[in-house]
Amino acid sequence: MFPFISSRIIAPEKGEAAVRARCPDILTGKGFLGSRKKDVVVRLLLFATALLSLLILAAILIFLFVEGAPILKRVSVGAFLFGKEWYPTFEPPSFGIFPLLAASVGVTVLSTLISAPLGVMTAIYIAEIAAPWVRNILKPAVELIAALPSVVIGFFGMVVVAPFLQETFDLPTGLNLFNASLMLAFMSIPTICTISEDAIRSVPGDLREGSLALGATHLETILRVVIPASLSGISTAAILGISRSIGETMVVLMVAGGAALIPESVFDPVRPIPASIAAEMAEAPFRGDHYHALFALGVILFLFTMIFNMIAAYIAGKHKQVGAATL
Amino acid sequence: MDGLKRGGFGDDAPRGRARFRAWKQGLAFTALRFAALINCLALAVIVCFLFANGWKAISWSFITQPPVNSMTQGGIFPCIVGTFLLSLGAMAVALALGTASAIYLHEYARPGLLVKAIKFGVNNLAGIPSIVFGLFGLAFFVTWFKFGVSLLSGILTLGILILPILIGSAEEALAAVPQSYREASLALGASRWQTIYGVVLPAAAPGILTGAILGVGRAAGETAAIMFTAAVYFIPHLPGSLFDQVMALPYHIYVLASAGTQIDLTRPIQYGTALVLIVLVLGTNLAAILYRAKLRR
Repeated sequence: MFPFISSRIIAPEKGEAAVRARCPDILTGKGFLGSRKKDVVVRLLLFATALLSLLILAAILIFLFVEGAPILKRVSVGAFLFGKEWYPTFEPPSFGIFPLLAASVGVTVLSTLISAPLGVMTAIYIAEIAAPWVRNILKPAVELIAALPSVVIGFFGMVVVAPFLQETFDLPTGLNLFNASLMLAFMSIPTICTISEDAIRSVPGDLREGSLALGATHLETILRVVIPASLSGISTAAILGISRSIGETMVVLMVAGGAALIPESVFDPVRPIPASIAAEMAEAPFRGDHYHALFALGVILFLFTMIFNMIAAYIAGKHKQVGAATL
Repeated sequence: MDGLKRGGFGDDAPRGRARFRAWKQGLAFTALRFAALINCLALAVIVCFLFANGWKAISWSFITQPPVNSMTQGGIFPCIVGTFLLSLGAMAVALALGTASAIYLHEYARPGLLVKAIKFGVNNLAGIPSIVFGLFGLAFFVTWFKFGVSLLSGILTLGILILPILIGSAEEALAAVPQSYREASLALGASRWQTIYGVVLPAAAPGILTGAILGVGRAAGETAAIMFTAAVYFIPHLPGSLFDQVMALPYHIYVLASAGTQIDLTRPIQYGTALVLIVLVLGTNLAAILYRAKLRR
């Protein structure tokens, strides 16, 4: 009659017959107890699936290391990291990744200098100033920027921005560090903007009202109250933006110029780490030194982004805004 | 300025300062508005540019024919097919795994070290660059599992790449299901799994679907993850099995635009391909965004 009567309510030794009489499926494995058993199996399966993310992360780390480590038999860690010559196909080859490292750092720093202010300013505008209808247009627009495939942005950089830069600044090539930074900045703005906006929005309204009631203007309220209160969120956003631009591949592959040289000006063509991996993997002999060196570059990229993500998570977790009390 | 000069003369000073503060605020807000405008303009310029240059290349035969004359003429049909197979396959893989993970994390798991560890895994997976997924796919699926450069390797690599997106949106969707639904179902005697399967999942389905659409969009535009695992420059036939290599739209653009032999000759095809790709990607994303906005209302 009542399928939810459990065996705990009616003691099994006394009540089993009664339960069986009243409600035959309960003890037959088809009804309540059966679904309990199924519940345990399902739970285990779901647990295994959830664990998969962690296992994949571990597998990525292991496989990158296994394929990347053999290069250290060929060159020392110091020579690999600080060697100034990347000529993997020469005879004898030289595997110094310093020019690639310098290019990656250069491109990332320059792009962050552009994207962080723009992204944060857009976030402030969306969260604090824009009228609701403007916000309803701007937010999807920012999301669409995030959705643009990187290969399309790289393509745009090649066919439009490169000739423009070349003519405007009278350069030998428009495919250079500056162009790559511009395109990367455009790509990381949505990351920075969305996360900053969330942080700004989570600042409690009474803080703003208090500031305005004391006679501060809207701008003063934003600068002295809202931004300091959401600073941890904004820095998380910037760090994730950085981590995004370090690893971005297609843009730097297509517009950075591809020269494995240490850049001396922002208009030098460069070859950041992801570009090197993408461009050279196809021609690197399977499990040769070059192949292992490219995997070692992958390890470096992996560690870089992982460290940045962990810093971001740490800041976000530690300075979590909980009401007005933590200010 | 007025206020500063008259310094001590009573009422005018605060009024002047107030005017200065208002002026400063106006200036700053203009700068903020300008920053927001730059982003929108950049998006508009890119999209309009691709439409303006791409629509000339688009024709019925461009979409339905394979390339001919060593890629300089003909259409991009095999690339469209390849991108569809890759992104839908990846979505199917990630939808199954992502929904199951989210159900465990949201409905079963008790907060603790293990859940923290799993969330750490998901968060970090989301931050890994796509080229690293490509390397992993090459070492793991292509080499270790001996799937070779194939549709299957590409689907699995893209599947784990979009997995965090699917887990995130599924968790959000589950969290939005009112607790009273679960309680009502449990009170009627349903088991936990019956409750989840019969009540919670149907209620969360639209949100999970939004995540799946976003995942398709992301997978469709992804290049670096498939360049070592699935995509090839040219293959004379459509993929007949999971172990065939495929052509794909993003890789096609990259190869024609920067690694091909006749870059200038194939420019119209590049524009056309780029247009087809962004229509596909922005279309799916726009659909997801609008659908989500409707759900939240």
